Amino acid sequence: MIEWFTWVQLAVAVAAGVLCIVLGLARRVPSDLTIGALALVEVLLVVQLVVAILAPAFGNEPTGSVLEFYTYLISALLLPPAAAFWALLERNRWSTVVLGVAALAVGVMVYRMFQIWTVQSA
Amino acid sequence: MSKLQNASAQARPSTRMSGVGRVLVAVYGVLALAATGRSFVQIVSNFDEAPLAYTLSALAAVVYIVATIALVRPGVVWYRVAWATIVFEFTGVIVVGAISVMMPDLFPHDTVWSGFGRGYLYIPLVLPVLGMWWLAKHRPAGPGASGAPSHPDTAEAGDA
Repeated sequence: MIEWFTWVQLAVAVAAGVLCIVLGLARRVPSDLTIGALALVEVLLVVQLVVAILAPAFGNEPTGSVLEFYTYLISALLLPPAAAFWALLERNRWSTVVLGVAALAVGVMVYRMFQIWTVQSA
Repeated sequence: MSKLQNASAQARPSTRMSGVGRVLVAVYGVLALAATGRSFVQIVSNFDEAPLAYTLSALAAVVYIVATIALVRPGVVWYRVAWATIVFEFTGVIVVGAISVMMPDLFPHDTVWSGFGRGYLYIPLVLPVLGMWWLAKHRPAGPGASGAPSHPDTAEAGDA
């Protein structure tokens, strides 16, 4: 994992989450903006996947469980498409809130992935 | 626009996933995913270390998945399944949480419910309460009460 990229990714996920939740509570239905924010979160996750696959070849090895890392990463990759699919299926303001919840969950998972990669207490 | 939304919400009074319930279902889905992922990792990598805790993790994961599905599906049967799974979760988080705090030796390895869901921002503790409140507010129309769209309960559910 590349540390600065991970922080950017975390910031984008949290910003997208807050944006979608605020807009959802303000009664906005899913829009290009909110769906686009989730799309950005998803693209960054795909980049993270590529980085994670390539990094060990450049001497950047995970310190924690590789299996656990990839379980988080694959799970995180599933969330934005699922939330966006639901939002397109039924467009109302709560779908926008769901988009935000998914983005925040991705943020938490990215942070956990970062911990697994870099900080190991054991 | 809000009138339109209200009309569409009232057209499907039997579903429990309209309105803010969708967010509840989404959070349940994320928790189910998290619990499944964790128990998958625990069982694959070191099941022998703590078979009890890890079996419990897997059981909790399955129950979260069933609860998520039950919340979405309409009908009386799924309504009862939702109650059963959510009560099971609530019992689990209280009992396992209490044991893990008072007798940590019994649960040296984390489960979803250890420390009252500490590892998951206490979502496992709060979610069943919200779930039970939601279910109590959204009783499905019984066989006798069917075909009554102007029923006060369903009208209220449409507004929520």
